[in-house]
Amino acid sequence: MKRNVPLAITFIVGAVLIFSVFIPPMENWGEDFTLFFDIIAVFAFFLGGGNLLRVHLTKLSRRKQDWPYSIVTIMGFLLMLAAGLFRIGNPGDINASLTEQGSLFQTIYDSVFVPLGSTMYALLAFFVASASYRAFRAKNREATILLVAAFIILLGRTPLGTIVTGWVPESFSILQIPNLAIWIMNSPNLAGQRAIMIGIGLGVVSMSLRLILGIERTYLGGDDK
Amino acid sequence: MEHFALWLAAFLTLGIISFLYKDNAWYKLTESIFIGLSAGYWMVSLFWDNFYGKFWVNKSESPYLYVGAVLGLLMLLRLVPRIGWISRWPLSFIVGATSGLWLINYFSSNIMKQIEATILPLFSAQFGSGFDAGAAAIIGNLVIVTGTFSGLVYFFFSKEHKGAFGRTAKLGIWIIMITFGASFGYTVMSRMSLFIGRIDFLLSDWLGMIL
Repeated sequence: MKRNVPLAITFIVGAVLIFSVFIPPMENWGEDFTLFFDIIAVFAFFLGGGNLLRVHLTKLSRRKQDWPYSIVTIMGFLLMLAAGLFRIGNPGDINASLTEQGSLFQTIYDSVFVPLGSTMYALLAFFVASASYRAFRAKNREATILLVAAFIILLGRTPLGTIVTGWVPESFSILQIPNLAIWIMNSPNLAGQRAIMIGIGLGVVSMSLRLILGIERTYLGGDDK
Repeated sequence: MEHFALWLAAFLTLGIISFLYKDNAWYKLTESIFIGLSAGYWMVSLFWDNFYGKFWVNKSESPYLYVGAVLGLLMLLRLVPRIGWISRWPLSFIVGATSGLWLINYFSSNIMKQIEATILPLFSAQFGSGFDAGAAAIIGNLVIVTGTFSGLVYFFFSKEHKGAFGRTAKLGIWIIMITFGASFGYTVMSRMSLFIGRIDFLLSDWLGMIL
């Protein structure tokens, strides 16, 4: 029950979804299983939300380091949950879009969630740049190629790139940095991306087969009973 | 309300940027707000889109949807240690569904479509039209075909990288290094444009210094 039932479920669901692509009468099964998947995903998120509350309430009750911030996290979580689930300030009825302008959910999204998210991602520019400064050294040919390609792409997307190589005659326009950057993106970069994508595809296909056939079982954990 | 929202957005933006100086209380506060709001946002979105939109609305005309809901409820049994093992059933459903969907999708989009796009007429604009492509197009096509092939050779580790095979793998690693460099440059520039967007928000929307 603990091991064989999950293995059977994985096999049946995986096999049905594969065959549903090739056998027309099974098409609906594939769609239904995808719906089940979406419904289960909601409960997985409930579990995640419950876990977030548990972790921060434990931190709060034991007065661990930085516990006051746990109050902020819990308040933010409950506020967003209440605003969305009870549709506070939403001008429409229950079937109206959750993102109606004027609703508390959308207001929080626009004025808090978006600024925080985009600034958080923007900050990565500095960390990526400083990490690469420490990690990238033109020690060998491969590292030099990487650095030169990155440098051309960076320069090619700024006005400086146009200014520096603006004097190059039109007949050699490929040597102008913005054009060179476009060529790198469209030719060697595309070739490398394709090789990586095909490699990833082969890896995913083989791992999926291992899971469906029950060869890969680590997702079940270590309990064999 | 609009004025308050603007000031709040500016306060939070500056809080995140303050991390560039050092880890501080202002940053920790904004980070905690972001974590809480993110969790709430995704939970609410999935509840209305998936649970209400796909299950609750259709449950009377499609009773089989209860199977999904029951499997979902079984997942919550993970919180009960004695019978927590039952949560493996919905988990195995998710693993099976993901494997089945990905096997087909990745085979189609990552393998077949990419190989199809790499089989190019090297010297002509289209198959069967002779030698009518320009020099730039010919060089571009050659780089794409040989680059993809040599990149794949590099990823083939079942044979030692020696001789002609090794030289092809060497070309492959150079192409992959160009790809990593280009991806790095592209990522930095996209993050930089996000940062410029935030600075633009502070200087124009909030302070009104740029009109």
